[in-house]
Amino acid sequence: MTPATDRLQRLLALVPYVVSRKVVGLADTAAAFGLTERELVDDLNMLWCVELRSPDPYCPIDLSYEGGEIVVSEAESIERPLRLGMDEASALLVALRMLAEVPDLEDRSALSRTIAKLEAAAGAAAAASAQVTVQVDDHGAGRVLAQVRDALDRGRRLHLSYYVPGRDEATERDVDPMRLLVVEGRTYLEGWCLSAEAVRLFRLDRVLALTVLDEPASVPAQARPRDVDQGLFRPSDDDVRVELELSVAGRWVAEYYPCEQVDELGDGRLRVGLRTPDTRLVRRLALRLGEDGRVISPADLAAQIREDAAAALAQYA
Amino acid sequence: MSRRKTERLLSLVVCLLSTGKYLSAGQIREAVPGYPDSFDAFKRMFERDKDELRELGIPLETGVSATPDEEPGYRIQRQAYGLPEIRLEPDEAAVLGLAARAWRRAELAGAAAGALLKLRAAGIDAEETTQPGIEPRLQTGEAAFGPLWEAVRDRRPVSFSHRAAGRSSSQQRQLQPWGVVNRHGRWYVAGLDTDRGETRVFRLSRIDGPVTFRGPAGSVTVPDGADVRELVRQWDAEGPRRTAVLQVRQGAGYGLRRSASAVRPDPQRPGWDLVEVPFSDVGWYSEQLASFGADLVVMEPADLRDAVIRRLKGVLT
Repeated sequence: MTPATDRLQRLLALVPYVVSRKVVGLADTAAAFGLTERELVDDLNMLWCVELRSPDPYCPIDLSYEGGEIVVSEAESIERPLRLGMDEASALLVALRMLAEVPDLEDRSALSRTIAKLEAAAGAAAAASAQVTVQVDDHGAGRVLAQVRDALDRGRRLHLSYYVPGRDEATERDVDPMRLLVVEGRTYLEGWCLSAEAVRLFRLDRVLALTVLDEPASVPAQARPRDVDQGLFRPSDDDVRVELELSVAGRWVAEYYPCEQVDELGDGRLRVGLRTPDTRLVRRLALRLGEDGRVISPADLAAQIREDAAAALAQYA
Repeated sequence: MSRRKTERLLSLVVCLLSTGKYLSAGQIREAVPGYPDSFDAFKRMFERDKDELRELGIPLETGVSATPDEEPGYRIQRQAYGLPEIRLEPDEAAVLGLAARAWRRAELAGAAAGALLKLRAAGIDAEETTQPGIEPRLQTGEAAFGPLWEAVRDRRPVSFSHRAAGRSSSQQRQLQPWGVVNRHGRWYVAGLDTDRGETRVFRLSRIDGPVTFRGPAGSVTVPDGADVRELVRQWDAEGPRRTAVLQVRQGAGYGLRRSASAVRPDPQRPGWDLVEVPFSDVGWYSEQLASFGADLVVMEPADLRDAVIRRLKGVLT
């Protein structure tokens, strides 16, 4: 895409945008296209100036923007927007179908209607979208999803019994819900956790039990939803930095956990550095890895892990 | 420069849409302002313009009108150009805006924004604003996603270097890709591995080199009834199920207890439970069990017990 074709795309959308609304304000239209009014007027002038010289000279587009209102009186040839391309149709359809798979989402009927209408409008361009699917995990998330939606709609506090696999613990806590995230087919509740006094993310398939309380939710002003585009899980500066050496069979760790540093050691072996808020998680990981992963530092953590393994083995003696 | 080019491309589109019949290159040159005087320079510029319009998805046709002795000409049929009529209810427009957000910063972000622009131009008020309560995201961190999407979209065979789990080196693979699937938050491509003559599934994060196209568009035929989602599910599927009998310390092993078929206090060991859990893969399951350390002892079956002991000993080697 060049600047010229970029702008051409916009110009071809601008005429139908006005035509389909009969008359629109300059300011509103500029906002809708992300332009300043001055840039928009320049676009409108360019459209108005189109002149074909043959067989007879004529101006196929007539429009005006007097008094801050745009009216297109003549633009028959480009009064419809260009068809959706395959990438465009697929981007929307893949995302809509992912949302439609989220269990118990109450907008489900709107989703299926929209998918059907979009498929019809996209025609052949919709076909390729079937080649990409995002599968939504259920694992009982549907059961609690409806309750979370209800709490969000009514602004109520939630009580969660939540399983933390890294520590193998069931925890009890009150949470003021902020929003639901559907990321890569998994559903999460983002909320203000009253015991942690911080914004926390809860995977719905790890919620053991949930109650919508009568108390109203009160999310404090300092609670910021995380910027999902920066990745769901970000290490904090307070976290402990751990270095691990992994064999070929342990390489999955680098795919599974966000690592700060990954170095190839040859023969498929890796050295990785990652941060963890809780070293219990790394102790469990190291036992799981056995000879396929070794904690290099911190040294006291490595010693602790050897003790863990020895204590576990002693039970089989 | 870019402005004059936009003006020329716009006039060209309007000209070709306005004509019912095919226009020869000479006729186009006369009608559309902005082309150079020299015929060779015109030809070169016109060729580039045609390519750029086609890249935008504008259906530029080549053909001859009634008399076959005429030189070939060009036209754009309005039927093929225009987005068909589409009307959305407010709730439908809302989920459409939501779906468009899913790709933010991911591979098809530009396509989703382009689609939304055209749909707005068709009169739909779909804003990419946050609908309170729910936020969908797709992430395509894998470099292979873009080229593999193009390959399945355009039905082109590909080759790439792939490192299978547990392998110390990568292998070059030849694939006729049938589809891309996200399962449990990970992207996979499935299709026919032409070296092996069998269907295969590859995880995108294990593709460790560039994806190269190995044939023209349309040269891959996806067999009727090929269910890519099912292929990925089977690839990921478990073998026959057996039952493990585990001694688990009371207050520990929440994750295990959730999937247990039976839990009872161990009469031989106060403070511990006997937990029966279904499992299929000894290797994978022994890793899970080893991570519980001294809170768990495998009683049966013997091969699972031995695998856990081996894993724990591996920590100490």
